[in-house]
Amino acid sequence: MTITLNEAIELITLEADMLDHGEFREWLKLYTEDGLYAVPIDPDAKVEDLEKILNYAYDNAEMREKRVERLLGGRSISAAPPARTVRLLSRYRMLETGTGSCTLRCAQFLTELRQGRERYYAANVTFRLKKMEERFCIDQKIVRLLTSTEALTAVSYIL
Amino acid sequence: MQDLLDPRSLVSADYADGSIYSNPALYDMEMDRIFMHNWIWVAHRSDLPEPGNFITTFVGPHPVIVSRDRKGDVHVLLNRCRHRGATVCEHKSGKGASFVCPYHGWAYGLDGALRGVPHQEGYSGQLDKAEYPLVSLRVEEYNGLIFATFDQSIMSLDAWLGRAKPWIDLFMKQGAGWPVKTMGEHRFTFPGNWKIQLENTTDAYHFPIVHKSFLDAVDEETQNTFDFVGGEGFVEDLGHGHSVMVMIPDLVDLEDNLDAPVPDRFLELAEELSKDYPPEKVRQIVRAVGGTGFNLNLFPNLACSMAFFRVLRPLSVNETEIRHIAIGMDGGPECANEARLRLHELFQGPMGFGTPDDAEAWDRVQRGSLAGRDIAILLNRGLGHEAKREDGNLFSDVSAETGMRAAYRQWLAAMTDEAAAAEIGV
Repeated sequence: MTITLNEAIELITLEADMLDHGEFREWLKLYTEDGLYAVPIDPDAKVEDLEKILNYAYDNAEMREKRVERLLGGRSISAAPPARTVRLLSRYRMLETGTGSCTLRCAQFLTELRQGRERYYAANVTFRLKKMEERFCIDQKIVRLLTSTEALTAVSYIL
Repeated sequence: MQDLLDPRSLVSADYADGSIYSNPALYDMEMDRIFMHNWIWVAHRSDLPEPGNFITTFVGPHPVIVSRDRKGDVHVLLNRCRHRGATVCEHKSGKGASFVCPYHGWAYGLDGALRGVPHQEGYSGQLDKAEYPLVSLRVEEYNGLIFATFDQSIMSLDAWLGRAKPWIDLFMKQGAGWPVKTMGEHRFTFPGNWKIQLENTTDAYHFPIVHKSFLDAVDEETQNTFDFVGGEGFVEDLGHGHSVMVMIPDLVDLEDNLDAPVPDRFLELAEELSKDYPPEKVRQIVRAVGGTGFNLNLFPNLACSMAFFRVLRPLSVNETEIRHIAIGMDGGPECANEARLRLHELFQGPMGFGTPDDAEAWDRVQRGSLAGRDIAILLNRGLGHEAKREDGNLFSDVSAETGMRAAYRQWLAAMTDEAAAAEIGV
């Protein structure tokens, strides 16, 4: 019942591919019902403390849905069309495995293109994955940007 | 010298030349005449709660340390060693007793006094430490807002804020009886001139257009609350470049209308608060959580904007840094402060549902305004029905450009020599 490294990599690679190819509604289904997608500012904050502090994003299912609607709705000038992105995941390390769940950390390097400008974001990403009935789901995705405490530029897409 | 710019040729009562966003010589002039000769916001009192606390920030392009000394006095010090010019502190914030230059070890107190010089005998008695403190700026505070200036001769902060002060007091009612504290910030840059952002905080006209996707994401009650263009709100010129834009008149005084029903989106929060607080206090806290219904624009770099502080910093003629500082109740209920943080994340910052769309619009102004020559940027909206209140304040409807005209009037005063001379006389 444990999740192998290969199974974990397969899921998060699928997630990355969906986000880079605009399959946002399908992306929503990858998460558990009470799953969390967060982009913290404080590099040292523990996941359980993020609720008490300011983040770039701290999304439950409802907020993830709204974020997707914003990207697809065509009513946001910064996301009409959304930036094009290519993200590479690498340097995988299984931090913890248990019955039906695991925690995995990896590196993400994302290149964004919008209005002729290329921008780059490096991040450490920690996933908690859960086996739900017959499939694996994302229960937590915490994107820790290398530049989280620096001035960013508008990120009108999903990291 | 005949090429010296005349700012009067670029800005008039109801329009500005497009080059004000992109002329590097004009920018250099602004950094001197505006950012060295006006009160510049540097910190909120809660950023320095105790003696020994300090933060680093900027006054225009100048790096500064804002510190609270052992007696509790606040200092704003240039972050520059008096020996060879190195910065003496690179921490964003912290607590300590001194600032030690990493280059040759000169040590300064929290008040900037030069305390120690390694191997001082090498100066053969010719270095008097009393002559080389960190350079101090003038500092004054109003209701928790700390401002600094290089200019010893300008009017007091109290006089400078003038008619904006009652609005600052109203804004601080978001503490719901507790002191207001800062709770972190979103910091981002956009490739455009700082004045584009200055204008935006007093621009209600853009809201229903630029923020359609934000309005899609909130409930109908909230959509109606934010449907203020054409409503009863107003923009008022408060003098010295300051202005207030009242978008939601019902939310001007957060201690009024406490009998009004709690909006649906806050019912859950109200229920949780009811466990610890009587009904009247619950309604006060909930109203405070939602924020005020106005933006107070304080020339040139701070806005008390509905529920947060907006701070701008020019980085170059075509790049500006914006900070959206979250605020909350110092000692207030945790669930209410968390609700404020989630509301802040919903709209503000580089991943919010509002800010990226604003940034896109500002970016477009910067690029579009480069097109052609001698084409005006219009500032005349609402001028036809602008009127004067008894106290002399000009006001017009909520989507009027009265606040921008106020800011540019002050901009022109600061940028022209006669005005600088007149101010010294105040």
